[in-house]
Amino acid sequence: MATLAAVIASTHHPFYYKASTAPPEERPPFADEWVAKITAFRETLTRARADVLVMVGSDHFHQLWLDNMPQFLVGKAPFYDANWYNEEREFGLPRMLLRGHEELSSHILRGGLDEGFDLAFSNELRIDHSITCPIITLRPEADLPIVPIYTNIFAPPLPRPARFVELGHSIRRLIETWPSDLRVAVIGTGHLSLELGGPRQFGPHGPDPEFDRKAVEWIASGDIERALAEVTLDSLWTPGNATHGFMDFMLMMGVAGEGAKADYADSLDLFHTMEAYFTWYPNGVPA
Amino acid sequence: MSKYLLNKFLFTVDRDPDLVERYRAAPHETVAWWESTMANELLNCHGGEASTWLAFDDVERDALTGHDYVKLFELGAHPFLTLTLFIAMFERDYEEPLAFQKEYAARLSHFTLPYPDIAT
Repeated sequence: MATLAAVIASTHHPFYYKASTAPPEERPPFADEWVAKITAFRETLTRARADVLVMVGSDHFHQLWLDNMPQFLVGKAPFYDANWYNEEREFGLPRMLLRGHEELSSHILRGGLDEGFDLAFSNELRIDHSITCPIITLRPEADLPIVPIYTNIFAPPLPRPARFVELGHSIRRLIETWPSDLRVAVIGTGHLSLELGGPRQFGPHGPDPEFDRKAVEWIASGDIERALAEVTLDSLWTPGNATHGFMDFMLMMGVAGEGAKADYADSLDLFHTMEAYFTWYPNGVPA
Repeated sequence: MSKYLLNKFLFTVDRDPDLVERYRAAPHETVAWWESTMANELLNCHGGEASTWLAFDDVERDALTGHDYVKLFELGAHPFLTLTLFIAMFERDYEEPLAFQKEYAARLSHFTLPYPDIAT
């Protein structure tokens, strides 16, 4: 069976690419520290020697729209073009092309449906920065095939937090029962407290540092029970109007498992939102 | 009131570089043109399959023609769509980085939780 080589959860800050590639006179003052942290984080994936990446993210009203909105969607295509005009415009993100892994996509779709998740699928999916940001930070060569999984954290009504955790459990089971000798890493990105288009946006740090502190603790300690006890669809409005993206972190906690302490945890307090980086090695820390 | 239609306007304009510039330069003309040609277009379908029932009310139309992002927030337009499009249109008019985004936040500062419902 396939090996779950690493489980990685991260924020997806679209300004990293520009901050890290700008000429010296245009680099923001926090860029060097940010690059150092990302470089260390990248090493946690490199060490896992993954062959294929399952990428959990959320479309930001690019291809998925209110006339036909799936809750959970799995890409099944040989290739994925990436990044959109408005992401080039606002964030300076490059156009990208990633290979797909259709066999693993099929396995996750079939198995997910059989486990009770009515997964939507797409045979032609242009992915956005929720998936390309972690490619840029963790695997800038963009050379590994991917299986994208999109969640709806954006357009109410949303699935409840427990459903994200359950899908994470299911993704792990499906990878561990995939008849393959490949090494699979699951990488998912979400948000800590975040406000977009509201009165608390673009402050000197995230809109709710106390939520961020608790959230980082839940994730790093694998405390799914506490996270589920404190987080509801209603409560997530309080730390910031885009904080429902935290449910993708909860999905990743589901992949890592109840009580699974992260083997690597780091964070960076930036303007606007806190960055956070976590890696688990379910089958032991690679040498 | 149709939050969906407000969102559809923001969504279709934001993804089209020409429409972003047209809406910035001529909001009344762009909104009128959009409502008469695009509002009922079923995305990804040819024109023969258009919808028949979508229209703005006066408050919504005025919010769009006035570039009034505060009103759009109050009406429950999706804040991500509004923010993204308005950054594209107006960030360029400010010298300091993030100055537009900070002014945007300040102009919304009278809103307290719970914010207007964005469910469609």
